[in-house]
Amino acid sequence: MSDVRATTLPADAVHITTNSDTEPFWQYAKEGKLVALQCGSCGHFRMPPTPFCPECQSTEKNWKELSGRGSVYSYAVIHGFPGIPDITLVGAVVSLEGADDARLVTNIVDVDPSEVQIGMELEVTFSPISDGWQLPVFRPAQG
Amino acid sequence: MSNGLRDVAIVGVGATPYYKRGGSAPQTNLELAGKAILAACEDAGISVKEIDGFAYYSGAGAGYGDKMDTADFMETLGIPEVTFTASLTSGGGGAAGSIGLARAAIVAGDATTVVTVMTLQQHKQRLGSVFAASAPDPINSFLQPSGLSGPGHLMSVLARRHMHLYGTRRDAFAEIAISTRENALNRPKAIQKKPLTKEEYFNGRIIADPLCLYDFCLETEGAVAVITTSAERAKDLRQKPVPVVAVAHGGRREWGRAFAWYGMPDEYFASSGNAPIAKRLWDQSGLTAQDIDVALLYDHFTPMVLMQLEDYGFCGKGEGGEFVESGAIRYKGGSIPVNTHGGQLSEAYIIGMTHIKEAVEQMRGTAINQVADAEFALATGGPASLPVSGLILGSAA
Ligand SMILES: [Zn+2]
Repeated sequence: MSDVRATTLPADAVHITTNSDTEPFWQYAKEGKLVALQCGSCGHFRMPPTPFCPECQSTEKNWKELSGRGSVYSYAVIHGFPGIPDITLVGAVVSLEGADDARLVTNIVDVDPSEVQIGMELEVTFSPISDGWQLPVFRPAQG
Repeated sequence: MSNGLRDVAIVGVGATPYYKRGGSAPQTNLELAGKAILAACEDAGISVKEIDGFAYYSGAGAGYGDKMDTADFMETLGIPEVTFTASLTSGGGGAAGSIGLARAAIVAGDATTVVTVMTLQQHKQRLGSVFAASAPDPINSFLQPSGLSGPGHLMSVLARRHMHLYGTRRDAFAEIAISTRENALNRPKAIQKKPLTKEEYFNGRIIADPLCLYDFCLETEGAVAVITTSAERAKDLRQKPVPVVAVAHGGRREWGRAFAWYGMPDEYFASSGNAPIAKRLWDQSGLTAQDIDVALLYDHFTPMVLMQLEDYGFCGKGEGGEFVESGAIRYKGGSIPVNTHGGQLSEAYIIGMTHIKEAVEQMRGTAINQVADAEFALATGGPASLPVSGLILGSAA
Protein backbone atom coordinates (compact mmCIF):
# COMPACT_ATOMS: atom_id res chain seq x y z
CA MET A 1 0.00 0.00 0.00
CA SER A 2 1.18 3.50 -0.77
CA ASP A 3 -0.05 7.04 -1.32
CA VAL A 4 0.85 6.87 -5.00
CA ARG A 5 -2.10 6.95 -7.36
CA ALA A 6 -1.77 5.74 -10.93
CA THR A 7 -2.52 8.44 -13.45
CA THR A 8 -2.30 9.19 -17.16
CA LEU A 9 0.31 11.11 -19.09
CA PRO A 10 -0.43 14.86 -19.10
CA ALA A 11 -3.00 15.73 -21.78
CA ASP A 12 -0.57 17.87 -23.77
CA ALA A 13 2.00 15.03 -23.86
CA VAL A 14 -0.37 12.67 -25.68
CA HIS A 15 -0.83 13.05 -29.41
CA ILE A 16 -2.70 10.68 -31.67
CA THR A 17 -3.24 10.49 -35.40
CA THR A 18 -5.96 8.62 -37.23
CA ASN A 19 -6.66 7.05 -40.58
CA SER A 20 -9.90 5.94 -42.21
CA ASP A 21 -9.81 2.64 -40.29
CA THR A 22 -9.20 4.10 -36.84
CA GLU A 23 -10.96 7.48 -36.95
CA PRO A 24 -14.42 6.22 -35.84
CA PHE A 25 -12.95 4.75 -32.63
CA TRP A 26 -11.69 8.18 -31.61
CA GLN A 27 -14.81 10.02 -32.77
CA TYR A 28 -16.96 7.76 -30.57
CA ALA A 29 -14.55 8.33 -27.68
CA LYS A 30 -15.13 12.07 -28.06
CA GLU A 31 -18.81 11.33 -27.35
CA GLY A 32 -17.90 9.28 -24.29
CA LYS A 33 -18.55 5.97 -26.02
CA LEU A 34 -16.24 2.95 -25.98
CA VAL A 35 -16.51 0.95 -29.18
CA ALA A 36 -14.67 -1.98 -30.76
CA LEU A 37 -14.34 -2.83 -34.41
CA GLN A 38 -16.36 -5.88 -35.38
CA CYS A 39 -16.29 -7.51 -38.80
CA GLY A 40 -19.47 -6.64 -40.66
CA SER A 41 -19.48 -10.04 -42.34
CA CYS A 42 -18.47 -12.65 -39.76
CA GLY A 43 -18.69 -10.78 -36.45
CA HIS A 44 -15.03 -11.25 -35.46
CA PHE A 45 -13.67 -8.43 -33.29
CA ARG A 46 -10.31 -6.86 -34.02
CA MET A 47 -8.40 -4.09 -32.25
CA PRO A 48 -6.56 -1.91 -33.17
CA PRO A 49 -8.80 -1.23 -36.18
CA THR A 50 -7.40 -2.38 -39.55
CA PRO A 51 -8.70 -2.60 -43.14
CA PHE A 52 -9.38 -6.33 -43.35
CA CYS A 53 -10.97 -8.91 -41.09
CA PRO A 54 -8.17 -11.42 -40.45
CA GLU A 55 -10.74 -14.25 -40.28
CA CYS A 56 -12.70 -13.64 -43.51
CA GLN A 57 -10.80 -10.75 -45.20
CA SER A 58 -13.96 -8.65 -45.40
CA THR A 59 -13.65 -4.85 -45.28
CA GLU A 60 -17.19 -4.47 -43.88
CA LYS A 61 -17.07 -2.70 -40.50
CA ASN A 62 -19.45 -2.60 -37.59
CA TRP A 63 -18.56 -0.28 -34.70
CA LYS A 64 -20.09 -1.98 -31.69
CA GLU A 65 -20.74 0.13 -28.62
CA LEU A 66 -19.54 -1.77 -25.57
CA SER A 67 -20.66 -1.77 -21.95
CA GLY A 68 -17.49 0.03 -20.96
CA ARG A 69 -16.56 -2.74 -18.55
CA GLY A 70 -13.41 -4.78 -18.82
CA SER A 71 -10.82 -6.71 -16.86
CA VAL A 72 -7.06 -6.65 -16.48
CA TYR A 73 -5.35 -9.19 -18.77
CA SER A 74 -1.83 -8.04 -17.84
CA TYR A 75 -0.07 -4.83 -16.84
CA ALA A 76 3.14 -3.10 -15.85
CA VAL A 77 3.66 -0.38 -13.28
CA ILE A 78 5.72 2.25 -15.04
CA HIS A 79 7.94 4.52 -13.01
CA GLY A 80 8.91 7.59 -15.03
CA PHE A 81 8.46 8.66 -18.64
CA PRO A 82 10.98 10.56 -20.79
CA GLY A 83 10.81 14.14 -19.53
CA ILE A 84 8.47 13.23 -16.64
CA PRO A 85 10.66 11.25 -14.22
CA ASP A 86 8.28 11.22 -11.23
CA ILE A 87 5.12 9.95 -12.92
CA THR A 88 3.58 6.56 -12.06
CA LEU A 89 1.48 4.88 -14.73
CA VAL A 90 -0.20 1.51 -14.88
CA GLY A 91 0.11 0.46 -18.52
CA ALA A 92 -2.41 -2.32 -18.99
CA VAL A 93 -3.82 -4.74 -21.52
CA VAL A 94 -7.56 -4.83 -20.89
CA SER A 95 -10.05 -7.46 -22.06
CA LEU A 96 -13.22 -5.69 -23.22
CA GLU A 97 -16.62 -7.00 -22.12
CA GLY A 98 -18.73 -7.80 -25.17
CA ALA A 99 -15.82 -7.88 -27.61
CA ASP A 100 -14.68 -11.52 -27.35
CA ASP A 101 -10.86 -11.69 -27.44
CA ALA A 102 -10.23 -8.08 -28.48
CA ARG A 103 -8.07 -6.14 -26.06
CA LEU A 104 -7.11 -2.52 -25.58
CA VAL A 105 -3.73 -1.19 -24.42
CA THR A 106 -4.59 1.57 -21.99
CA ASN A 107 -4.01 2.96 -18.51
CA ILE A 108 -5.61 2.05 -15.21
CA VAL A 109 -6.12 5.21 -13.13
CA ASP A 110 -7.43 6.24 -9.69
CA VAL A 111 -5.87 3.22 -8.03
CA ASP A 112 -2.98 2.38 -5.77
CA PRO A 113 -0.72 0.51 -8.28
CA SER A 114 0.02 -2.15 -5.67
CA GLU A 115 -3.67 -3.10 -5.66
CA VAL A 116 -3.90 -3.83 -9.38
CA GLN A 117 -4.23 -7.53 -10.20
CA ILE A 118 -4.78 -9.62 -13.28
CA GLY A 119 -8.53 -10.25 -13.52
CA MET A 120 -9.46 -7.03 -11.70
CA GLU A 121 -12.83 -5.66 -12.90
CA LEU A 122 -12.68 -2.25 -14.54
CA GLU A 123 -14.88 0.43 -16.04
CA VAL A 124 -14.02 2.94 -18.72
CA THR A 125 -13.55 6.66 -18.19
CA PHE A 126 -12.33 9.25 -20.66
CA SER A 127 -9.29 11.45 -20.27
CA PRO A 128 -8.64 14.54 -22.41
CA ILE A 129 -5.56 14.56 -24.66
CA SER A 130 -4.17 16.95 -27.29
CA ASP A 131 -6.28 18.43 -30.10
CA GLY A 132 -9.62 17.83 -28.40
CA TRP A 133 -9.48 14.04 -28.49
CA GLN A 134 -10.51 11.85 -25.53
CA LEU A 135 -8.54 8.79 -24.44
CA PRO A 136 -10.44 5.78 -23.07
CA VAL A 137 -8.75 4.66 -19.82
CA PHE A 138 -10.03 2.44 -17.02
CA ARG A 139 -10.53 2.59 -13.26
CA PRO A 140 -11.56 -0.13 -10.83
CA ALA A 141 -15.25 -0.95 -11.27
CA GLN A 142 -17.53 0.57 -8.65
CA GLY A 143 -19.67 -2.31 -7.39
CA MET B 1 20.00 -38.48 -37.35
CA SER B 2 20.32 -35.89 -40.08
CA ASN B 3 23.56 -34.01 -40.29
CA GLY B 4 21.90 -30.65 -40.79
CA LEU B 5 22.47 -28.22 -43.64
CA ARG B 6 26.28 -27.84 -43.52
CA ASP B 7 26.46 -26.28 -46.99
CA VAL B 8 27.84 -22.99 -45.69
CA ALA B 9 30.15 -22.07 -42.83
CA ILE B 10 31.15 -19.04 -40.81
CA VAL B 11 34.80 -18.31 -41.47
CA GLY B 12 35.42 -14.92 -39.89
CA VAL B 13 34.25 -12.77 -36.99
CA GLY B 14 35.38 -9.30 -36.04
CA ALA B 15 34.37 -6.64 -33.57
CA THR B 16 35.29 -3.19 -32.35
CA PRO B 17 35.75 -2.51 -28.66
CA TYR B 18 32.43 -2.07 -26.86
CA TYR B 19 31.60 1.36 -25.44
CA LYS B 20 29.09 2.76 -23.01
CA ARG B 21 26.43 4.99 -24.56
CA GLY B 22 28.14 8.03 -26.03
CA GLY B 23 31.60 6.47 -25.75
CA SER B 24 32.36 5.58 -29.37
CA ALA B 25 32.50 9.16 -30.70
CA PRO B 26 34.10 10.68 -32.71
CA GLN B 27 33.99 7.45 -34.73
CA THR B 28 30.88 7.19 -36.90
CA ASN B 29 28.73 4.13 -37.45
CA LEU B 30 30.38 3.76 -40.87
CA GLU B 31 33.81 3.71 -39.23
CA LEU B 32 32.76 1.28 -36.50
CA ALA B 33 31.14 -1.10 -39.00
CA GLY B 34 34.13 -0.85 -41.33
CA LYS B 35 36.53 -1.73 -38.52
CA ALA B 36 34.43 -4.78 -37.62
CA ILE B 37 34.29 -5.91 -41.28
CA LEU B 38 38.06 -5.53 -41.72
CA ALA B 39 38.66 -7.44 -38.48
CA ALA B 40 36.38 -10.23 -39.69
CA CYS B 41 38.30 -10.41 -43.00
CA GLU B 42 41.60 -10.52 -41.13
CA ASP B 43 40.23 -13.34 -38.97
CA ALA B 44 39.14 -15.27 -42.06
CA GLY B 45 42.37 -14.59 -43.89
CA ILE B 46 40.73 -12.93 -46.87
CA SER B 47 40.99 -9.53 -48.49
CA VAL B 48 38.02 -7.22 -48.04
CA LYS B 49 38.03 -7.03 -51.86
CA GLU B 50 36.76 -10.63 -51.93
CA ILE B 51 33.47 -9.65 -50.27
CA ASP B 52 30.66 -9.82 -52.80
CA GLY B 53 27.58 -9.94 -50.60
CA PHE B 54 25.87 -8.26 -47.67
CA ALA B 55 23.15 -9.94 -45.58
CA TYR B 56 21.76 -7.51 -43.02
CA TYR B 57 18.84 -7.53 -40.63
CA SER B 58 16.92 -4.73 -38.93
CA GLY B 59 16.23 -3.37 -42.42
CA ALA B 60 19.96 -2.45 -42.61
CA GLY B 61 19.37 0.00 -39.78
CA ALA B 62 22.42 0.80 -37.67
CA GLY B 63 20.85 0.78 -34.25
CA TYR B 64 18.18 3.41 -33.80
CA GLY B 65 18.13 6.40 -36.10
CA ASP B 66 20.99 5.55 -38.48
CA LYS B 67 21.35 3.36 -41.56
CA MET B 68 23.96 1.11 -43.11
CA ASP B 69 24.49 1.34 -46.82
CA THR B 70 26.22 -1.18 -49.06
CA ALA B 71 27.47 1.47 -51.48
CA ASP B 72 29.11 3.32 -48.57
CA PHE B 73 30.91 0.15 -47.53
CA MET B 74 32.02 -0.53 -51.11
CA GLU B 75 33.27 3.01 -51.60
CA THR B 76 35.08 3.38 -48.29
CA LEU B 77 36.50 -0.16 -48.02
CA GLY B 78 37.28 -0.68 -51.71
CA ILE B 79 34.94 -3.58 -52.44
CA PRO B 80 34.85 -3.78 -56.26
CA GLU B 81 31.50 -5.46 -56.94
CA VAL B 82 28.62 -6.97 -54.99
CA THR B 83 26.30 -9.59 -56.40
CA PHE B 84 23.90 -9.74 -53.44
CA THR B 85 22.73 -7.21 -50.86
CA ALA B 86 19.57 -7.75 -48.83
CA SER B 87 18.11 -7.36 -45.40
CA LEU B 88 15.68 -9.20 -43.18
CA THR B 89 12.74 -7.01 -42.22
CA SER B 90 12.00 -5.60 -38.78
CA GLY B 91 14.50 -5.45 -35.91
CA GLY B 92 16.96 -7.39 -33.77
CA GLY B 93 14.85 -10.52 -33.99
CA GLY B 94 16.52 -11.24 -37.31
CA ALA B 95 20.08 -11.30 -35.98
CA ALA B 96 20.55 -15.08 -36.11
CA GLY B 97 18.44 -15.42 -39.23
CA SER B 98 20.65 -13.02 -41.18
CA ILE B 99 23.15 -15.88 -41.48
CA GLY B 100 20.35 -17.80 -43.21
CA LEU B 101 19.95 -14.89 -45.61
CA ALA B 102 23.68 -15.13 -46.35
CA ARG B 103 23.29 -18.86 -46.85
CA ALA B 104 20.40 -18.36 -49.26
CA ALA B 105 22.59 -16.11 -51.39
CA ILE B 106 25.51 -18.55 -51.39
CA VAL B 107 23.44 -21.68 -52.07
CA ALA B 108 21.63 -19.89 -54.90
CA GLY B 109 24.96 -18.90 -56.42
CA ASP B 110 24.27 -15.20 -56.02
CA ALA B 111 27.35 -14.50 -53.88
CA THR B 112 30.38 -16.30 -52.50
CA THR B 113 31.55 -14.28 -49.52
CA VAL B 114 28.84 -12.59 -47.52
CA VAL B 115 29.16 -10.17 -44.62
CA THR B 116 26.59 -9.68 -41.87
CA VAL B 117 27.26 -6.60 -39.78
CA MET B 118 25.60 -4.55 -37.06
CA THR B 119 26.77 -1.27 -35.66
CA LEU B 120 25.12 0.72 -32.93
CA GLN B 121 25.44 4.20 -31.49
CA GLN B 122 22.81 5.51 -29.11
CA HIS B 123 23.35 9.26 -29.08
CA LYS B 124 20.59 10.01 -31.61
CA GLN B 125 18.07 7.65 -30.10
CA ARG B 126 18.35 5.49 -27.00
CA LEU B 127 16.81 2.08 -27.11
CA GLY B 128 15.07 2.70 -23.79
CA SER B 129 12.60 5.29 -25.02
CA VAL B 130 12.32 4.33 -28.67
CA PHE B 131 8.53 4.03 -28.69
CA ALA B 132 7.95 7.29 -26.83
CA ALA B 133 10.18 9.07 -29.34
CA SER B 134 8.54 7.85 -32.53
CA ALA B 135 6.04 10.17 -34.22
CA PRO B 136 2.38 9.35 -33.59
CA ASP B 137 0.79 7.23 -36.29
CA PRO B 138 -2.68 5.68 -36.50
CA ILE B 139 -1.56 2.32 -35.08
CA ASN B 140 0.90 3.40 -32.40
CA SER B 141 -1.82 5.80 -31.22
CA PHE B 142 -3.24 2.63 -29.61
CA LEU B 143 0.00 2.10 -27.65
CA GLN B 144 1.90 5.35 -27.10
CA PRO B 145 -0.65 7.06 -24.81
CA SER B 146 -0.28 4.23 -22.27
CA GLY B 147 3.30 5.24 -21.43
CA LEU B 148 4.71 1.84 -22.40
CA SER B 149 7.64 3.75 -23.82
CA GLY B 150 10.24 1.11 -24.71
CA PRO B 151 10.65 -2.58 -25.54
CA GLY B 152 11.32 -3.48 -21.90
CA HIS B 153 8.06 -1.89 -20.85
CA LEU B 154 6.19 -4.00 -23.39
CA MET B 155 7.90 -7.18 -22.31
CA SER B 156 7.25 -6.46 -18.68
CA VAL B 157 3.55 -6.91 -19.51
CA LEU B 158 4.35 -10.31 -21.07
CA ALA B 159 6.45 -11.24 -18.04
CA ARG B 160 3.61 -10.35 -15.66
CA ARG B 161 1.28 -12.74 -17.49
CA HIS B 162 3.89 -15.53 -17.30
CA MET B 163 4.19 -14.94 -13.55
CA HIS B 164 0.40 -15.07 -13.23
CA LEU B 165 -0.03 -18.24 -15.27
CA TYR B 166 2.91 -20.26 -14.02
CA GLY B 167 3.96 -18.80 -10.67
CA THR B 168 7.22 -17.52 -12.14
CA ARG B 169 9.12 -15.40 -9.60
CA ARG B 170 11.38 -12.39 -9.88
CA ASP B 171 14.00 -14.68 -8.33
CA ALA B 172 14.23 -16.37 -11.74
CA PHE B 173 14.82 -13.06 -13.51
CA ALA B 174 17.44 -12.28 -10.85
CA GLU B 175 19.21 -15.58 -11.53
CA ILE B 176 19.39 -14.78 -15.25
CA ALA B 177 20.90 -11.36 -14.54
CA ILE B 178 23.30 -12.72 -11.92
CA SER B 179 24.50 -15.76 -13.90
CA THR B 180 24.99 -13.63 -17.01
CA ARG B 181 27.04 -11.11 -15.01
CA GLU B 182 29.12 -13.97 -13.62
CA ASN B 183 30.05 -14.91 -17.19
CA ALA B 184 31.17 -11.36 -17.98
CA LEU B 185 33.60 -11.04 -15.09
CA ASN B 186 36.65 -12.42 -16.91
CA ARG B 187 35.94 -10.85 -20.30
CA PRO B 188 38.26 -7.96 -21.12
CA LYS B 189 35.75 -6.17 -23.37
CA ALA B 190 32.73 -6.54 -21.11
CA ILE B 191 31.06 -3.33 -19.98
CA GLN B 192 29.88 -4.74 -16.62
CA LYS B 193 32.53 -6.70 -14.75
CA LYS B 194 31.44 -6.32 -11.13
CA PRO B 195 29.63 -9.30 -9.61
CA LEU B 196 25.89 -8.75 -9.14
CA THR B 197 24.42 -9.97 -5.85
CA LYS B 198 20.83 -10.96 -5.27
CA GLU B 199 20.52 -8.12 -2.76
CA GLU B 200 21.70 -5.59 -5.35
CA TYR B 201 19.29 -7.03 -7.87
CA PHE B 202 16.31 -6.65 -5.55
CA ASN B 203 17.44 -3.13 -4.61
CA GLY B 204 17.64 -2.20 -8.29
CA ARG B 205 15.48 0.67 -9.48
CA ILE B 206 12.11 -0.57 -10.72
CA ILE B 207 11.58 0.67 -14.28
CA ALA B 208 8.45 -1.18 -15.34
CA ASP B 209 7.30 -3.42 -12.50
CA PRO B 210 7.91 -6.42 -12.50
CA LEU B 211 11.20 -5.46 -14.22
CA CYS B 212 14.06 -3.51 -12.67
CA LEU B 213 17.24 -1.94 -13.97
CA TYR B 214 19.11 -5.28 -13.95
CA ASP B 215 16.47 -6.94 -16.13
CA PHE B 216 17.24 -4.48 -18.94
CA CYS B 217 20.17 -4.92 -21.34
CA LEU B 218 22.99 -2.41 -21.52
CA GLU B 219 22.89 0.73 -23.63
CA THR B 220 26.18 0.32 -25.46
CA GLU B 221 27.90 1.08 -28.75
CA GLY B 222 30.14 -0.84 -31.12
CA ALA B 223 30.06 -3.12 -34.16
CA VAL B 224 30.34 -6.83 -34.92
CA ALA B 225 30.74 -8.48 -38.34
CA VAL B 226 30.55 -12.11 -39.45
CA ILE B 227 31.63 -13.64 -42.77
CA THR B 228 29.82 -16.61 -44.27
CA THR B 229 30.97 -18.61 -47.30
CA SER B 230 30.36 -22.00 -48.92
CA ALA B 231 31.53 -25.10 -47.07
CA GLU B 232 33.74 -25.87 -50.06
CA ARG B 233 35.51 -22.52 -50.10
CA ALA B 234 35.70 -22.42 -46.30
CA LYS B 235 38.17 -25.33 -46.31
CA ASP B 236 40.88 -23.16 -47.85
CA LEU B 237 40.70 -20.26 -45.39
CA ARG B 238 42.63 -19.42 -42.23
CA GLN B 239 40.20 -20.72 -39.62
CA LYS B 240 38.61 -24.12 -39.23
CA PRO B 241 35.14 -23.57 -40.72
CA VAL B 242 32.19 -23.43 -38.36
CA PRO B 243 29.31 -25.13 -40.22
CA VAL B 244 25.79 -23.76 -40.26
CA VAL B 245 23.76 -26.79 -39.13
CA ALA B 246 20.34 -25.12 -39.08
CA VAL B 247 18.97 -21.60 -39.46
CA ALA B 248 15.46 -20.16 -39.66
CA HIS B 249 13.60 -16.91 -39.39
CA GLY B 250 9.93 -15.99 -39.33
CA GLY B 251 7.20 -16.55 -36.80
CA ARG B 252 3.47 -16.96 -36.31
CA ARG B 253 0.82 -14.31 -36.64
CA GLU B 254 -0.24 -15.05 -33.06
CA TRP B 255 3.05 -13.54 -31.91
CA GLY B 256 3.72 -11.03 -34.63
CA ARG B 257 0.50 -9.07 -34.63
CA ALA B 258 0.36 -9.11 -30.90
CA PHE B 259 3.70 -7.77 -29.79
CA ALA B 260 2.61 -4.22 -28.94
CA TRP B 261 -0.90 -5.17 -30.12
CA TYR B 262 -1.30 -7.60 -27.26
CA GLY B 263 -4.07 -9.67 -28.82
CA MET B 264 -2.33 -13.04 -28.74
CA PRO B 265 -3.64 -16.14 -26.95
CA ASP B 266 -1.93 -17.13 -23.71
CA GLU B 267 0.28 -19.73 -25.36
CA TYR B 268 1.95 -16.91 -27.29
CA PHE B 269 1.38 -14.03 -24.88
CA ALA B 270 3.57 -15.53 -22.19
CA SER B 271 6.22 -16.66 -24.68
CA SER B 272 9.16 -15.46 -26.73
CA GLY B 273 7.42 -16.21 -30.04
CA ASN B 274 10.34 -18.51 -30.89
CA ALA B 275 8.51 -21.88 -30.71
CA PRO B 276 7.93 -22.07 -34.50
CA ILE B 277 11.62 -21.27 -35.11
CA ALA B 278 12.68 -23.96 -32.65
CA LYS B 279 10.56 -26.54 -34.44
CA ARG B 280 12.13 -25.70 -37.79
CA LEU B 281 15.67 -25.82 -36.39
CA TRP B 282 15.05 -29.24 -34.86
CA ASP B 283 13.46 -30.46 -38.12
CA GLN B 284 16.41 -29.22 -40.19
CA SER B 285 19.09 -30.64 -37.95
CA GLY B 286 17.58 -33.77 -36.43
CA LEU B 287 18.71 -32.39 -33.09
CA THR B 288 16.80 -31.60 -29.92
CA ALA B 289 17.47 -29.17 -27.09
CA GLN B 290 19.31 -31.99 -25.30
CA ASP B 291 21.96 -32.01 -28.04
CA ILE B 292 22.80 -28.31 -27.61
CA ASP B 293 25.92 -27.68 -25.54
CA VAL B 294 25.78 -23.91 -25.22
CA ALA B 295 22.84 -21.54 -25.78
CA LEU B 296 23.36 -17.92 -26.75
CA LEU B 297 19.89 -16.53 -26.18
CA TYR B 298 18.94 -13.00 -27.16
CA ASP B 299 18.80 -11.27 -23.79
CA HIS B 300 17.53 -7.74 -24.14
CA PHE B 301 15.37 -8.46 -21.07
CA THR B 302 15.74 -11.28 -18.56
CA PRO B 303 12.23 -12.80 -18.75
CA MET B 304 12.59 -13.32 -22.47
CA VAL B 305 15.59 -15.62 -21.86
CA LEU B 306 13.38 -17.70 -19.62
CA MET B 307 10.63 -17.86 -22.23
CA GLN B 308 13.12 -18.86 -24.95
CA LEU B 309 14.33 -21.74 -22.77
CA GLU B 310 10.72 -22.95 -22.86
CA ASP B 311 10.18 -22.28 -26.56
CA TYR B 312 13.35 -24.19 -27.54
CA GLY B 313 12.45 -27.07 -25.24
CA PHE B 314 15.24 -26.84 -22.68
CA CYS B 315 12.41 -27.16 -20.17
CA GLY B 316 8.62 -27.52 -20.32
CA LYS B 317 6.17 -24.72 -20.99
CA GLY B 318 5.70 -22.74 -17.80
CA GLU B 319 8.68 -24.41 -16.10
CA GLY B 320 11.27 -21.81 -17.06
CA GLY B 321 11.29 -20.15 -13.65
CA GLU B 322 11.97 -23.31 -11.73
CA PHE B 323 14.51 -24.47 -14.34
CA VAL B 324 16.50 -21.25 -14.15
CA GLU B 325 16.35 -21.04 -10.36
CA SER B 326 17.84 -24.55 -10.15
CA GLY B 327 21.12 -23.20 -11.56
CA ALA B 328 20.64 -25.01 -14.87
CA ILE B 329 21.88 -22.11 -17.03
CA ARG B 330 25.14 -21.50 -15.14
CA TYR B 331 28.42 -21.80 -17.04
CA LYS B 332 29.89 -23.53 -14.00
CA GLY B 333 27.73 -26.46 -12.96
CA GLY B 334 24.71 -25.86 -15.18
CA SER B 335 23.22 -28.39 -17.58
CA ILE B 336 22.89 -25.85 -20.41
CA PRO B 337 25.30 -22.91 -20.13
CA VAL B 338 23.54 -19.76 -21.36
CA ASN B 339 25.20 -16.57 -22.60
CA THR B 340 28.72 -17.57 -21.68
CA HIS B 341 29.93 -14.23 -23.12
CA GLY B 342 27.99 -12.14 -20.63
CA GLY B 343 25.22 -11.41 -23.07
CA GLN B 344 23.58 -8.15 -23.83
CA LEU B 345 22.86 -7.81 -20.13
CA SER B 346 26.51 -7.58 -19.07
CA GLU B 347 28.99 -7.75 -21.96
CA ALA B 348 27.56 -5.43 -24.61
CA TYR B 349 24.35 -4.91 -26.55
CA ILE B 350 25.05 -4.96 -30.29
CA ILE B 351 21.51 -6.05 -31.23
CA GLY B 352 22.17 -9.79 -31.28
CA MET B 353 25.55 -10.01 -32.97
CA THR B 354 27.62 -10.80 -29.87
CA HIS B 355 25.65 -14.04 -29.53
CA ILE B 356 26.68 -15.16 -33.02
CA LYS B 357 30.29 -14.19 -32.33
CA GLU B 358 30.28 -16.22 -29.13
CA ALA B 359 28.64 -19.19 -30.86
CA VAL B 360 31.47 -19.16 -33.44
CA GLU B 361 34.15 -18.97 -30.77
CA GLN B 362 32.56 -21.79 -28.77
CA MET B 363 32.50 -23.97 -31.90
CA ARG B 364 36.15 -23.14 -32.62
CA GLY B 365 37.00 -24.05 -29.05
CA THR B 366 38.51 -20.63 -28.43
CA ALA B 367 35.86 -18.98 -26.23
CA ILE B 368 36.98 -17.31 -23.02
CA ASN B 369 34.39 -19.33 -21.09
CA GLN B 370 34.76 -22.38 -23.28
CA VAL B 371 32.26 -25.21 -22.79
CA ALA B 372 34.35 -28.39 -22.89
CA ASP B 373 33.86 -30.56 -25.99
CA ALA B 374 30.97 -28.41 -27.21
CA GLU B 375 29.56 -29.79 -30.47
CA PHE B 376 26.49 -27.62 -31.04
CA ALA B 377 25.74 -24.00 -30.23
CA LEU B 378 22.35 -22.29 -30.50
CA ALA B 379 22.14 -18.56 -31.12
CA THR B 380 18.84 -16.71 -31.29
CA GLY B 381 17.37 -13.40 -32.41
CA GLY B 382 14.38 -11.82 -30.73
CA PRO B 383 11.86 -11.98 -29.10
CA ALA B 384 10.96 -8.83 -30.97
CA SER B 385 8.66 -7.88 -33.81
CA LEU B 386 8.73 -10.56 -36.51
CA PRO B 387 10.84 -12.04 -37.82
CA VAL B 388 12.45 -13.78 -34.90
CA SER B 389 15.16 -16.29 -35.69
CA GLY B 390 17.53 -19.02 -34.61
CA LEU B 391 20.84 -20.51 -35.73
CA ILE B 392 22.62 -23.75 -34.84
CA LEU B 393 26.34 -23.95 -35.47
CA GLY B 394 28.40 -27.13 -35.29
CA SER B 395 31.91 -27.63 -33.98
CA ALA B 396 34.69 -26.48 -36.29
CA ALA B 397 36.36 -29.17 -38.37
ZN1 LIG C 1 -14.78 -11.38 -40.80
